[in-house]
Amino acid sequence: MIPAGFDYHAPDSVAEALRLLDELDDAKLLAGGHSLLPMMKLRFAQPAHLVDLGRIPGLSGIREEGDVVVIGAMTVENELIRSEIIRRRVPLLAEAAALIADPQVRNRGTIGGDIAHGDPGNDHPALAIALDAGFVLEGPGGRRPVKAEDFFLGTFMTELADNEILVEIRVPGLAPHTGQAYEKLKRKTGDWATAGAAVVITIEQGKVGAVRIGLTNLAPSALRAEAAEQALLGQPLSETTIEDAATRAAAICDPAEDLRGDRDYKLAMARQMVKRAIRKAAARCP
Amino acid sequence: MSTRTVTMSVNGEQRRAEVEDRTLLIHFLREQLNLTGPHIGCETSHCGACTVDLNGVSVKSCTVLAVQCEGAEVLTVEGLAEGGVLHAVQEGFHQQHGLQCGFCTPGMLVRSYRLLQDNPDPTEEEIRAGISGNLCRCTGYQNIVKAIQYAAKRLKEAQSVSA
Repeated sequence: MIPAGFDYHAPDSVAEALRLLDELDDAKLLAGGHSLLPMMKLRFAQPAHLVDLGRIPGLSGIREEGDVVVIGAMTVENELIRSEIIRRRVPLLAEAAALIADPQVRNRGTIGGDIAHGDPGNDHPALAIALDAGFVLEGPGGRRPVKAEDFFLGTFMTELADNEILVEIRVPGLAPHTGQAYEKLKRKTGDWATAGAAVVITIEQGKVGAVRIGLTNLAPSALRAEAAEQALLGQPLSETTIEDAATRAAAICDPAEDLRGDRDYKLAMARQMVKRAIRKAAARCP
Repeated sequence: MSTRTVTMSVNGEQRRAEVEDRTLLIHFLREQLNLTGPHIGCETSHCGACTVDLNGVSVKSCTVLAVQCEGAEVLTVEGLAEGGVLHAVQEGFHQQHGLQCGFCTPGMLVRSYRLLQDNPDPTEEEIRAGISGNLCRCTGYQNIVKAIQYAAKRLKEAQSVSA
C-alpha cells in the first residue's frame, strides 16, 4: 500500500511551516506519521501536501520551567520513557507511554501528534486531561494557550485550527501528597485501549484534596470524569466512594462497539479501569 | 506528483536515488536498492517484518517516507554480517532455531541487534518487551528469546576478549 501522490515539504522553522500551511491548499502536518501515513495508505486521508515538522529544531525535547514541565510537541514516546525529568516530575507519562504501541513505533510516534490527531483511542488526551496540562498552539497571530480539557471536541476534531501548529505541552509537575496512575486494558501490544483511565489524586490528612480523572477510548473523544471526581473530593477514600466514582465515570461514557467489545462490556471495563487507577494512584501518594 | 533525489547511508554506503515524495522507505530499499531483506508484512506498522535501523533506532520502514530519511543512516539485515561472518544475533538465530518459515526473521534480527546495542544484558522480560513490535507466527517466540540470549552472551564474550 502506497499513499496517493502528494508534495512533501520539510520546513526548518515553525514560521516557515506556518507560511506553508497558509499558502498551500489542502496541506496536512506530518509528525511521527504513525497515524497519518497508515490513513493515507488506506485513502482515509488524501492531502495534497505534507508539511513535515521533523526537521524543525526546538520542537522536541523536555525541560523544566519552575513548577511546569514543558514538552516539545515532536518529542517521541521513547524519549518520554527515558527522560529523567519525566520520571521524576510526571511519572504518569513515562508509565503510560510504555503502554503505547510498540518499541519501534515509540521511536517515531510523538506526544504532539498523538494529541493533535484527535483520535479517541489515543492515550495522551486523557493523560493530559488528568494532568491538567495546557497546550500551546502557534498560528499566524502568535501563540495561544488551550487547556487540555477544552481541546478535544470529537473524533478527529480539536481546537487546533487549520493554520495552527501544536508546539508545546505544558504539564504541572507532581504536587506534594499526590499519586498518579494509568490503567489501560488492551488485548495485545500495540492495541488501542478497550478502556483506559488516568488518575491524579492528592490525599492530605486522610482526605482527597484534589483529583482529576481522564478516560480513554470510551466516547467520541477523551473525557474528563468531573462527577466522578466530585464523588471523591473532600472525603476519605473508601470502597464506597471508589464505587460511586466508577459508576459516575461510566455514566458519561459512550463507547463505540467494535472488535474490542460491545457497549456493556466496555462500560463494565471503564468502571474497572477507574477503580484500579484510583487505588493505584492513591497507593502512590507519599 | 513530485519526485526528488534523496541521499542516505545504507549499510555504510552512500546511496542516492530519485524517489516520488510518497515512496515509503521499505519500497525504496527493496525496489530501488534491491535490498529485499526487510520484508513487507502487514503494511500497517504492526508486524515488524520491515524493521530497519534508522539513525540508531529501530523503526518500521513501511511507515516512514524515503524523503524523511534524507541524510540519514540506515541499517538493514544485509548490513549485519561483516566479511562473510554472521553477526552474533544471526548466529544465535541459527544455533537456537530462532526461525521456522523465516518471514519475520530479518526484522527480528535487526530489532535484536538494536536491543542488544541499547541493553547488552537484558532479562528475559526485557527481551520479550523489546521484540514486542515484531510478530512471529511460527516459533511461539521461545527460541527467538533463546537466540537473543545466545547473542547477548556471545557479544559479551567478544567484548571481554577484546578488552
